[in-house]
Amino acid sequence: MRSENVLEMQGICKAFPGVKALQNVDFALRKGEIHALMGENGAGKSTLVKVMTGVYEKDAGHIAIEGKPVHFKSPQEAQNSGIGTVYQEITLCPNLTVAENMFIGRGRYAFVQWKQMNARATKLLQSLGIPVRPTQELASCSLAVQQMIAIARAIDMDCKILILDEPTSSLDEDEVNKLFALMRELKSRGVGIIFITHFLDQVYEISDRITVLRNGELIGEYEASSLPQFELISKMMGKALSDVATIKKHEPPATGQRVAVYEAAALSSDAGVRPFDFSIQKGEVNGFIGLLGSGRSESARAIFAADKPTGGDIKMNGTSVKIRAPLHAMKQGIGYLPEDRKGDGIIAELSVRDNIILALQVMKGFFKPFSRKQAEAFSNQFIQSLNIKTPSANTPIKALSGGNQQKVILARWLLTKPEYLILDEPTRGIDIGTKVEIQKLVLKLAEDGVSVTFISSEIEEMLRTCSRLIVMKDRQIVGELSGMNLTQSDVMHVIAGGGV
Amino acid sequence: MHSLPAAKPKDALSNSNLLFLIAVVIFVLMYGFAMLRYPGSFLQFQTFFDLFSLNAPLIIITLGISIVMIGGGIDISVGAVTGLVTMCCAVFLESGTGSVAGAMLLALGIGIAFGLLQGYLISYLDIQPFIITLAGMFLANGLLTTIHKDPLNVTMPAFVALRDFELVIPWLGTNNRLGNFIPLEIKLGAVVVWILVVLLAVLMKWSRFGRNLYAVGGNSQSALMLGINVRRTKLYSYLLCGLLSGIAGFVYIMTTGAGNVGNASGFEMKAIAASIIGGTMLTGGVGNLFGSPIGALTLLTINELIRAAGVNSNFQAIVSGLLLYIFIVLQSAVVWLRGRGKFRLALPSWLSRQG
Repeated sequence: MRSENVLEMQGICKAFPGVKALQNVDFALRKGEIHALMGENGAGKSTLVKVMTGVYEKDAGHIAIEGKPVHFKSPQEAQNSGIGTVYQEITLCPNLTVAENMFIGRGRYAFVQWKQMNARATKLLQSLGIPVRPTQELASCSLAVQQMIAIARAIDMDCKILILDEPTSSLDEDEVNKLFALMRELKSRGVGIIFITHFLDQVYEISDRITVLRNGELIGEYEASSLPQFELISKMMGKALSDVATIKKHEPPATGQRVAVYEAAALSSDAGVRPFDFSIQKGEVNGFIGLLGSGRSESARAIFAADKPTGGDIKMNGTSVKIRAPLHAMKQGIGYLPEDRKGDGIIAELSVRDNIILALQVMKGFFKPFSRKQAEAFSNQFIQSLNIKTPSANTPIKALSGGNQQKVILARWLLTKPEYLILDEPTRGIDIGTKVEIQKLVLKLAEDGVSVTFISSEIEEMLRTCSRLIVMKDRQIVGELSGMNLTQSDVMHVIAGGGV
Repeated sequence: MHSLPAAKPKDALSNSNLLFLIAVVIFVLMYGFAMLRYPGSFLQFQTFFDLFSLNAPLIIITLGISIVMIGGGIDISVGAVTGLVTMCCAVFLESGTGSVAGAMLLALGIGIAFGLLQGYLISYLDIQPFIITLAGMFLANGLLTTIHKDPLNVTMPAFVALRDFELVIPWLGTNNRLGNFIPLEIKLGAVVVWILVVLLAVLMKWSRFGRNLYAVGGNSQSALMLGINVRRTKLYSYLLCGLLSGIAGFVYIMTTGAGNVGNASGFEMKAIAASIIGGTMLTGGVGNLFGSPIGALTLLTINELIRAAGVNSNFQAIVSGLLLYIFIVLQSAVVWLRGRGKFRLALPSWLSRQG
């Protein structure tokens, strides 16, 4: 064997309550290769990495390093076996010095040799061209520098396997080039590197092989040179849904009868979306489409003022309004179903009923509670009409499956009778049957005159539901597609830069 | 990039050192004010050293709680454990079979037992430290009153000798109002405090445990990812805090010579206050072990000042409370401003340029 595998993972499964994060995933890393791990949001990349490094324990499967089976119970053990990791979120301690952050958790002595440590850190920082002093507190460094320090730490560990999870998201071009030079050098020394990023150009610049994940499943492993960018995008986004059920798209009203429900000019927020113009008609279903990090969620959040708005003129039904906070948006009849269901959406301990009436209660004011009977009526209506599978309205929502939780949140917004509903990844991590139900529901809402903006990382789903697609890349709108017969290749051409 | 300054740039002060510096400045200002206002008492070395001699247990407890707080935890059982230790030692010494060395071991044993139990529950079972140490406080208080209700004076000769032992330093003495020369006298408790401060400060700065604890307090999730054994590090911090409560208990009875149900009651809150004034942050990861005694001394100096002024002693609590407000607001303001990058220099420019 010429290029032996330094890391082999077979049949890895990992489930979280309500979500199957990884299903039977295989992964192999050769010595001295740079292997890109690709997939959309929620595809399971980070979970796979965390299983590798002992942060999560796998439910099933085997991991072997250099042919020897391993079973890590903590990041410490993985580190000792030669796995260096730079996580997506910076995992350093802001209150320690730069040098400490590079060496802590690795020493074998009971006491710290500050002088030696600082000298070693200085050398390493210089060789990487990182412009900080080792004695500085980490908190005083910029995010990009912190990221470089995390990388320096991983490099210095003399690891056999280096995992870089979105290392470039906070780096500028120059720093990225430095990092790539470094990766090539490590590669020539025989280190196996796993590289995760959502910048496609970077993947092709540096990777030897590419493994694609989607919805926690392995899609395939490819040589980078033989996988065109276009095909990579289609593998990441998927298209296998088409035969599950056929649904009829809702026809937008004819040009003459159009009424703009929501119009925004030069809208921007502090989450970094470039100012954009956007409008939606009554009964229209449109969507922001683009890869992860393109700004599709940020745009939706800007409309709902979920991120702090920094500019823009907004009109609802033709009259100017100010929307500065989510409550203003709600009062204007806008509903928003967030991407992060666990963090922003459900209140896990509360019952299904309380979760359903929450938004309406907020709008009414907390000092005027609904009577039990009213709440009962509201929740029962939606449990039936949305087919929410729950033992009773009193069941805590955390006991429900992911798809049913999503329906509860949908019910919460439907109860407020919104004119305009934004659904950000409403079908992520839920089974195909429920996905189709939610898609059908979206189209039914549109027929009833509700305007819907639909966001999904599965392109097929958007093609099936939206009559107009706004294509985003690098946090700005790069194109717009409309019509009843949009195809995947139309969209991909726009994303890949081929124009409309 | 703009051109580099000629001189080697100095690192900005870390939050720990900045808060420590503020604590020192406030203490010096306060003590200086006291010396000017009441020169009769505050200008004597004896008064300064008495702060240590008479309050050694509180300072030792403050050291322990600072360590736990640096690790991001809290321990409110310290006062009760200290009280329990004094009573256990008193009963043991008066039982007729006791010895001073035995009492010391007993004190350490009780402290370690509480530290180990609470540390295990908090670190390995992931239970909120507040609740666990609240339970520990009740447990220690209950045991204390069960063991002996009435004040118990220790009359054992070997112990009395130890209690009355004082280091005499003639060259720091003063003349009293009658013109008689009185040498400086220091209780053993103060010596214990100084040794502990140095030992623990070294431990926190140079030991692997100390640095790991700062990391855990700064961001325990990151610390885990950096390969630190977070649970063990936390356990050790509570263990150390328990051990220090044990030592504080022994020093307490060595100072007063009696076991009493009221011993060290309420010390946990005073210690938390002292620790915060000394620059430890409740959010963890920030603190300096030299700051803890300074914080305690600041709190004690306020009390002495108010006593010297002859006003109602209720003012002690009021002023301590107000000072604590100021400190906490100051700390969060400094940290917040730094986080926004608007407070880069630790000192105003007119001060830092002089150096």
